Amino acid sequence: MQTKVENNKAWFLVMPVFLIVAFSAIIPLMTVVNYSVQDIFDPYTRYFVGTEWFKQVMLDSRLHEALLRQFIYSFTILAIEVPLGICVALMMPTKGRGASVALILVAIPLLIPWNVVGTIWQIFGRADIGLFGAFMSYIGVDYNYASNPADAWLTVVLMDVWHWTPLIALLCYSGLRAIPEVYYQAARIDQASRWAVFRHIQLPKLANVLVIGMLLRFMDSFMIYTEPFVLTGGGPGSSTTFLSQSLVQQAIGQFDLGPAAAFSLVYFLIILLVCWVFYTTIMNMQKDK
Amino acid sequence: MAEITLNALAHTYAENPTRPEDYAIREMTHVWEQGGAFALLGPSGCGKSTLLNIISGLLEPSNGEVLFDGKRVNELKPEERNIAQVFQFPVVYDTMTVFDNLAFPLRNIGVPKHKITSKVHEVAEILELSDQLQRKAKGLSADQKQKVSMGRGLVRDDVSAILFDEPLTVIDPQLKWKLRRKLKQIHEQFNITMVYVTHDQLEASTFADKIAVMYNGQIVQFGTPRELFENPAHTFVGYFIGSPGMNFFEAELTDKLTFGGHTIAINKEMLTRLKAMGTNKVTLGIRPEFVHVWDGKNDDAFPVSVDYVEDLGTYKILSFLFNGQVMKARLSEDQKVPSGQIYVSFPEQWTKVYVDDYLVDLNVHPTSSDKAIDNEQDKETDHAN
Amino acid sequence: MTQSSTTPMTHEKTSQGRASQNTKVTKEQAPVYSRADRKARNANLRGRFGLALYVVLLLLPIYWLVNMSFKTNTEILSGLSFFPADFTLENYAKIFSDSTWYMGYVNSIFYVSMNMVISLLVALPAAYAFSRYKFIGDKHMFFWLLSNRMAPPAVFLLPFFQLYSSVGLFDTHIAVALAHCIFTVPLAVWILEGFMSGVPREIDETAYIDGYSFPKFFVRIFIPLIRSGIGVTAFFCFMFSWVELLLARTLTSVEAKPIAAIMTRTVSASGMDWGLLAAAGVLTIIPGMLVIYFVRNHVAKGFALGRV
Repeated sequence: MQTKVENNKAWFLVMPVFLIVAFSAIIPLMTVVNYSVQDIFDPYTRYFVGTEWFKQVMLDSRLHEALLRQFIYSFTILAIEVPLGICVALMMPTKGRGASVALILVAIPLLIPWNVVGTIWQIFGRADIGLFGAFMSYIGVDYNYASNPADAWLTVVLMDVWHWTPLIALLCYSGLRAIPEVYYQAARIDQASRWAVFRHIQLPKLANVLVIGMLLRFMDSFMIYTEPFVLTGGGPGSSTTFLSQSLVQQAIGQFDLGPAAAFSLVYFLIILLVCWVFYTTIMNMQKDK
Repeated sequence: MAEITLNALAHTYAENPTRPEDYAIREMTHVWEQGGAFALLGPSGCGKSTLLNIISGLLEPSNGEVLFDGKRVNELKPEERNIAQVFQFPVVYDTMTVFDNLAFPLRNIGVPKHKITSKVHEVAEILELSDQLQRKAKGLSADQKQKVSMGRGLVRDDVSAILFDEPLTVIDPQLKWKLRRKLKQIHEQFNITMVYVTHDQLEASTFADKIAVMYNGQIVQFGTPRELFENPAHTFVGYFIGSPGMNFFEAELTDKLTFGGHTIAINKEMLTRLKAMGTNKVTLGIRPEFVHVWDGKNDDAFPVSVDYVEDLGTYKILSFLFNGQVMKARLSEDQKVPSGQIYVSFPEQWTKVYVDDYLVDLNVHPTSSDKAIDNEQDKETDHAN
Repeated sequence: MTQSSTTPMTHEKTSQGRASQNTKVTKEQAPVYSRADRKARNANLRGRFGLALYVVLLLLPIYWLVNMSFKTNTEILSGLSFFPADFTLENYAKIFSDSTWYMGYVNSIFYVSMNMVISLLVALPAAYAFSRYKFIGDKHMFFWLLSNRMAPPAVFLLPFFQLYSSVGLFDTHIAVALAHCIFTVPLAVWILEGFMSGVPREIDETAYIDGYSFPKFFVRIFIPLIRSGIGVTAFFCFMFSWVELLLARTLTSVEAKPIAAIMTRTVSASGMDWGLLAAAGVLTIIPGMLVIYFVRNHVAKGFALGRV
């Protein structure tokens, strides 16, 4: 660790970032706070309503359902993507041409606009024109993501796994690359099994990137909007309506600005809270070990 | 415990090696006797780490054999060779305690629990780690970590040899000495073959009974520290061992040996041998320690001019110009500092004769003439590198 | 010198490629394998096979999209086939001949590039400050920046719309670029800070002693040192700005409308134009692939440093 010099002039260097992010974040956030305590009929007619919208939002059963769905969804995809990502990272070649080819191929899904990801799976999952849908009917499964909630869930989860496992894989890959060759050599000399190498050398070094990866995935899955919107539109019924969709429906669809703003704040706070809990738990777990 | 034999061993990283310089290890045959403490000394990039990794099995040699007690082990992976290796940077398993670290190699081969405990405590005792056993390896200092990695080599009682790859590089100077003592002590106690790679001649000579000096993928001399000093078999050994290194100068061979008009005294028998070799490029080498410095004119001495004198505390190094070439001589502290024109002489017994970088030794009879051709190629490599 | 620089490369080749490509050669060279060797080789092969399987599954949906983009709608609807029977470029032709279509790409690339430049320009000095100095509120500032990454875009949808409308930036490229800064800038600062901390302070000090002013030092010496980091950062800025749609669509209507939003036009009264949709989708994948191809070495280096 290098010691840092104490110098408050460094604020000048940080100022541009502060201004740009403040413009894009603080002003809108203040607007949201402002809306959340008012009842707005038109730009000139508004009343202060205090915490009424918050009460309404907290008691809203649609929000509760969406929240529950959101948690199930986020934990499902984490449970699949993290182990799968680690496996992929372990299988990726570390040297030579193969390494950069593998890197590029694995990264492709991350570079596709999110609505196109939805489009790809919208096509891929259809039984009439898509390979996956056709395959499912071929093996005798009555599969239709547009009408059957279970199928819709399967497709949305599959899409997320397809889309985001590469992120976990790449993060883990970078973690693995940071392990000096000499650790593996020492392990061979110590006659360590493949599992012991993974357990005692690779996994400890992956811990940090995994925390970052899991946090990122958790956050992003909690904000997911575009992909399920394109794929299922939140349906069938509201079986794949997650928090963001619920919010957008309310804010733009029904133009209920006050409740939507209150919803936004609650939503944001939930994410911050969950991330904080998540982060401290993992950090404590690491300390105890 | 084993005797390690390298039989016609060579290694190359190139796919289609054609020239000798394609080889990181040039063909060599070498024996490390059981129970010895050896050093492998050489500059960076001379192939000493490669050689070590070949012995431990981390690398498979492209030619030749590695034998442990006469048994070929080329095909055996490191985990099957029962060897311990300590690396330049200490390798510890961060998440484990010191105890678990030391127990790790034993657990991997399924040693019963009570045996592990007693063995780990025994090794910890020797390495003075007993009070650290329950600590996390992560928080240890560099020298403690290095001790733990040595300990992992010592816990197995059947190790064939322990290999050290510059193990003290990251250790603080004052602790270096302590750890080296510890190593020596362990060697005496366990009687295990130890090979110690280093580029530091002091480290090599304090640790090892015999030192192999490596240069350009070859072991150019294998001997005791004294032999390396007094009788360097290769100009590189002369240059690398000792500080400052040996003085070299090219003499001309006619019916006598001359250097810039001065005749260099040399054994008659040697002169005959040199003439028989049919070369006129002869390099002479003399250690600064053996150069005699005179104030006045003298029959055997050559006139030289003083360049400068460095005072190194207990002794002084005199640089002088002999026929335009800079040479050094070591003066003891009580000797007075010369200046201007002085006279030096080279005692015959300490004036070593080299042809194509190899020592011409009267006690060894020439075997074949193709040696010279081989050496000629080596020379080219020096330039390439 | 030339020799020593080429050997490591060939070495890599031998240790990597042998197992799969040159089995014959290896067999001739070393006829006997030990048990452990065979085991390691098998594990290696299993790994390669697993990776190949994963990559195939990963690419299958994309392949399907590409495949469809070369088919006519009649062919798409008449049944499944792995190759277009009636190969057509008509779908692409439609996109490239209609300015409302191809302008979508131009718009997207335009605001993404702007975002990349803005993010890097403001993040570079800030990351330097975080990596080198202690100042009042530094930690809070850092966490506040990162917490913005946690804000769901949906939350900001409406306020953004109003904010940019009120300052007259609605439907401009800069609006989208600025909006995307809310998540690209924190990320850029974070990644760059990691790379900069890897550069020893002594370099800064030496430069100052040599009489460099801060700006001169920063541009001439420091930036070249963290080239890879900048490559990686640019890549991630590109990535997150390129793939985002919700904000981009909300803040634009005609002039700066991104391609991803234009794609919704494929739903018409006569049903879905699947071929056109697929072709438009394929075209959105290409810029990403080009970018990753160009920065692949930087990214690989960044990965090697363990700093991504």
